Amino acid sequence: MAILVSESTRIIIQGFTGKIGTFHAQDMIHYGSNIVGGVTPGKGGQRHLDLPVFNTVKEAVEKVGAEASIVFVPPAFAADSIMEAADAGIKYCVAITDGIPTQDMMTVKNFLRRFPVQERMVLTGPNCAGTISPGRAMLGIMPGHIYIQGNVGIVGRSGTLGYEAADQMRLLGIGISTSVGIGGDPIIGSSHRDILEKFEEDTETKVVIMIGEIGGPQEVEAGIFAKEHMSKPLIAYIAGLTAPQGRRMGHAGAIISAAGESAAEKVAMLQELGITICPTPAAMGDTVAAVLARM
Amino acid sequence: MDIHEYQAKEILAKYGVKIAEGGLAYSPEESVQRAREIEGNVWVVKAQIHSGARGKAGGIKICNTHDEVEEAAEELLGKNLVTHQTGPAGKVCSRVYIEAGTEIAQELYLCFLIDRSSERLVMIGSAQGGMEIEELAETDPGAVKKIYIEPAVGLQDFQAREMAFSLGLEATQLIHAVRTIKGCYRALRDLDASMLEINPLVVTGSGELIILDAKMSFDDNALFRRHEIAELRDKTQGDPREVAAADHGLSYVGLDGDIGCMINGAGLAMATMDMIKLAGGEPANFLDVGGGASAERTEKAFRLVLADKGVKAMLVNIFAGINRCDWIAEGVVHAVRNIDMSVPLVVRLSGTNVEEGQRIIAESGLPIITAGTLAEAADKVVRARNEVVAKESKGK
Repeated sequence: MAILVSESTRIIIQGFTGKIGTFHAQDMIHYGSNIVGGVTPGKGGQRHLDLPVFNTVKEAVEKVGAEASIVFVPPAFAADSIMEAADAGIKYCVAITDGIPTQDMMTVKNFLRRFPVQERMVLTGPNCAGTISPGRAMLGIMPGHIYIQGNVGIVGRSGTLGYEAADQMRLLGIGISTSVGIGGDPIIGSSHRDILEKFEEDTETKVVIMIGEIGGPQEVEAGIFAKEHMSKPLIAYIAGLTAPQGRRMGHAGAIISAAGESAAEKVAMLQELGITICPTPAAMGDTVAAVLARM
Repeated sequence: MDIHEYQAKEILAKYGVKIAEGGLAYSPEESVQRAREIEGNVWVVKAQIHSGARGKAGGIKICNTHDEVEEAAEELLGKNLVTHQTGPAGKVCSRVYIEAGTEIAQELYLCFLIDRSSERLVMIGSAQGGMEIEELAETDPGAVKKIYIEPAVGLQDFQAREMAFSLGLEATQLIHAVRTIKGCYRALRDLDASMLEINPLVVTGSGELIILDAKMSFDDNALFRRHEIAELRDKTQGDPREVAAADHGLSYVGLDGDIGCMINGAGLAMATMDMIKLAGGEPANFLDVGGGASAERTEKAFRLVLADKGVKAMLVNIFAGINRCDWIAEGVVHAVRNIDMSVPLVVRLSGTNVEEGQRIIAESGLPIITAGTLAEAADKVVRARNEVVAKESKGK
């Protein structure tokens, strides 16, 4: 089944006619994603890449049955676009945009909480590479060819480090059910834990690898969830052993500002929870292979 | 982005928060001038650097005469102050703030920040001001009050009152306390600040509530809409390499090791640095060149890494997604030819068009060491670094 996105998911692109939106729309169509149109306010009624353009997300939902969206809107307007998608009844939204103000994301999260859980749009990102269910659909900006179809779920904050993991697995012939980038910002749509819940329910996923980093409490929360509620093995790698305290390492969220936020502390806490730790970033593929071999 | 104490105070004063009378000076003469303008016979000369704990580092001086003010300013201006927050390199003081001395009856603590777990702004207060709040939270968690602010409606009066009472303030001080707390909150919210720490907030001898020190940080992602805040940036307070990188739109953090790094993506950059450490080396920097690594950008990144004269070997690790390895390879070859590198270079490429990228490197005829995997890349760069160090020590 994979999670979040499949070959039948009807996808629209927000920020469709812009340079970045166009580039990645072509890439996703080429991959085989079911792109049914896009939204650019003021350009409704036009056609772009042989697909309809709508003024509003609501219109896209009504006319082409949009279920999922991907946001390429610039940072100043991205929060508004995400809320528009939620209001229009989009079920799953990926926000690629890097640089959204934190207070805007607080507003977005507060807006999403107004919807009952069953009707609430799932958001991943912002500042992420997107989600891919290999061989079925790509809702993101990743190089699709490095992912092969299979039974391992990937959840991670970083784009290129997620590629590294997928590539190491590809070289070992290990396939992926779905790979989800949750983004490097301090406030993001879905946490590691939220995605683990979905992988646990997915019949196709057998093992999950979580690629975390310094900063914030998320990885440990996910570890506690895995210990208490998951039947499937969880493997974790935490990046940033060499990161100094108080310095932001690229990602707005990657900063050690409190106790328990360094890589070493996170690793120790996850180990205590019985999570399999991947000792080095070069061993992500091998660690997954070893866990799979034991099953 | 951090700002200075005097800048934070100027902002807060506009939001109705009471501060002691004060003025900024760039020279000892100006400092005396500021002191003359301020009434009273006690002045405090405060070094303006982006760090807390300045008092312990000798950055805050209490003066009873204009001559003492001049001497204090003379001593502080141009001085490099080292606190536990600045790291061993310290920060240079190029401005001092001259403030009227305050008679302190009570020191309190007040802070606002973005709480990642609750995804809300949180207000933290304690009746025990002047000390490290992290320490206090550990040793006496009951002494620290936390109040979460609902984003839809903002900070309410009852919450400000609740904080005021838990700070131990009297009923007569309540109106003033609520005004101070709400003023701080509004400044934070309106200006996209990510943190505002008042330590200490003091009750004066006459029962007034004023902020004695203020530390304020802003969300870098929001500076595009806060031009007046972006203008407050003091480049002298940052690592010069980091300031230069930011000017080129590159994300760079200087570290203490000697292996220079250029990587795309923050997560992969951190992971690569971890691999270098595991292979027995120490990274000289964190550098994320980002998604669109053009030849020009690559060359700038190379120059930045090699500007650190302590670098003994360099590693490039690129996983091309949006990029293509052949473009990256061309950029690397171009940069190496233009820069005339004197340290060994290890390049590892993966992802889109990797074979083409490797061919370009191989056919360039340049002494570039290539690696296929992350582990191999880390091993090779550490070995290259060790050879350079061995050669250097033989030369001596």
